[in-house]
Amino acid sequence: MTTDTSAPSPRTARAGRTVPVRLSVALKYLSLLLASAVVLVPLVVVLLTSLKTESEVANSGPLSLPGDWFNFANYATAIEQGAMLRAFGNTTLILVVSTAGTVLIGSMTAYAIDRFQFRLKKVVMGLFLLATLVPSVTTQVATFQVIDDLGAFNSRWAPILLYTGTDIVAIYIFLQFIRSIPVSLDEAARIDGANSWTIYRKIILPMLRPAIATVVIVKGIAIYNDFYVPFLYMPDPELGTISTALFRFKGPFGAHWETISAGTIVVIVPTLIVFLALQRFIYSGFAAGSTK
Amino acid sequence: MTVAHKTRAPGPAAGRRSTPPPESAPGRPRAGRRRRSAALTPWLFLAAPLALLLMFTFLPVADMIGYSFTDWDGISPVRSYVGGENYTDLVTRPARFEVFLVSGFYLAASFLQIALALYFATVLSFNTRYRNLFKGLLFFPYLINGVAVGFVFLYFFQPDGTLDTLLRLVGAEAEHLWLGDPDLANPSLAGVSVWRFMGLNMVLFLGAIQSIPPHLYEAAELDGANRWQQFRHIIAPSIKPIISLSFILAVSGSLAVFEIPYIMTGGANGTETFVIQTVKLAFQFDKVGLASASAVVLLILILLITWVQRRLFPEERVELS
Repeated sequence: MTTDTSAPSPRTARAGRTVPVRLSVALKYLSLLLASAVVLVPLVVVLLTSLKTESEVANSGPLSLPGDWFNFANYATAIEQGAMLRAFGNTTLILVVSTAGTVLIGSMTAYAIDRFQFRLKKVVMGLFLLATLVPSVTTQVATFQVIDDLGAFNSRWAPILLYTGTDIVAIYIFLQFIRSIPVSLDEAARIDGANSWTIYRKIILPMLRPAIATVVIVKGIAIYNDFYVPFLYMPDPELGTISTALFRFKGPFGAHWETISAGTIVVIVPTLIVFLALQRFIYSGFAAGSTK
Repeated sequence: MTVAHKTRAPGPAAGRRSTPPPESAPGRPRAGRRRRSAALTPWLFLAAPLALLLMFTFLPVADMIGYSFTDWDGISPVRSYVGGENYTDLVTRPARFEVFLVSGFYLAASFLQIALALYFATVLSFNTRYRNLFKGLLFFPYLINGVAVGFVFLYFFQPDGTLDTLLRLVGAEAEHLWLGDPDLANPSLAGVSVWRFMGLNMVLFLGAIQSIPPHLYEAAELDGANRWQQFRHIIAPSIKPIISLSFILAVSGSLAVFEIPYIMTGGANGTETFVIQTVKLAFQFDKVGLASASAVVLLILILLITWVQRRLFPEERVELS
């Protein structure tokens, strides 16, 4: 934003309006502070609880401060007994493979559809378009049978196949972007003797880099946070992801809120770090991904 | 380039962009083979994407419609055709429709969410101190893991927990069973959904507002229009497409709520949603046939809503200046 549209007008010109303007400015900041508090309070309370001892949690109110700000015992318990390192490992593996798969599938589809004329092209595009209308929650009952028939149930292949195979939004992001890459680049390479595969690899993929960054960010966050797919398709605790491992805290830790809180914070912190590091790209990524 | 144009002999199948390079096509037979392989090339790129698309989108839809007419339990090799029995079961048993009332809470909440998002997006698109900080704070909940959100609010809503303590601080009557009381459970859960998703709406609206040409505000300012008038006559009309899209997504989103109520209450105390019911029918009670019928109903509803949206708000560019 370069234009400053809300700078108060010169007092001399509109002396009569300064009081209501000041009041509205005060109300504006008040509403922003209130909203920030609504966002922060539940999170901060969980952070405080994660640093408390069991008796502190039992004997003091949720808003009280922990006695020892460096009491990380609950984190050790959560990470160890909740098998969270294994969960991070599983999540990372699934995330890397599925994201790479999505980028490959999406960019290949976009390249084929945008750069070639072929019979049935309209049909193929129609199929991808139609697929955007089918929300995956509705088909889960039958998708489950497909995964089961493939023998992928209770293996890491189930989420990898589902994340890679059902991301139509990524295909759209790539399609939109590839239109802006000049065709003359392909043609020049073709004259130099490059075949389609070389063009795709050496020209299209590198040029798609900004779109790839968008897809990787949006997809990465979605996979890290997804609960539905790992919960339904990988009940084996050995295959727990961040979401399902944390969900299992509900049982054994029942009312041990200090441990559950520590586990919750452990899951949130990586998201916070990624958000702070990539803020700008994250906003535009979600805007590109959600409006399609 | 000129050479390329001269020697180009586009066949019926080979298109403009896939014509083989001229210098490599001297003899007739070779050119023919080249052309056939050129026609094949797009399919090589599309093979894997299409296979996945058919396997994980269209096959499930077809299967689901098939299952919905059977009494299949999901495991046994026998499934017998029962005609429309599953559908009549869905329609005639009122208990199965209570889940739609639950959706109503989320729908109401998403209207509140859109209103809040509009307000904060408008406020944050003008000169405000710490604008990026506020924007980040309000957006961040959207990025948090759903299970983590569930636990944060399970703790928040504990009897005598954070919310009760805060209410007592401001002198209100405290100690409610926020999640245990069927009258309060759904509003509480819908509140969590506002907390979680408001930021996304806000960021989408912010993006749309920022594409409004700034001179429009300047002109309005000169004409003496106040903030509300500017919102009403400049901002609202120019971001209308994204607002209407948000409403449609709110409707279909309210039908598809699953994660937060499942994690927080497991569907107890009258918080069961359509998707929780379907998942339970299919995977706990082994009624895949009935669950499929219910999923078909949901799919049809969502397709209908999308169709209505496309009819009501065709994708048009709003011209403003």
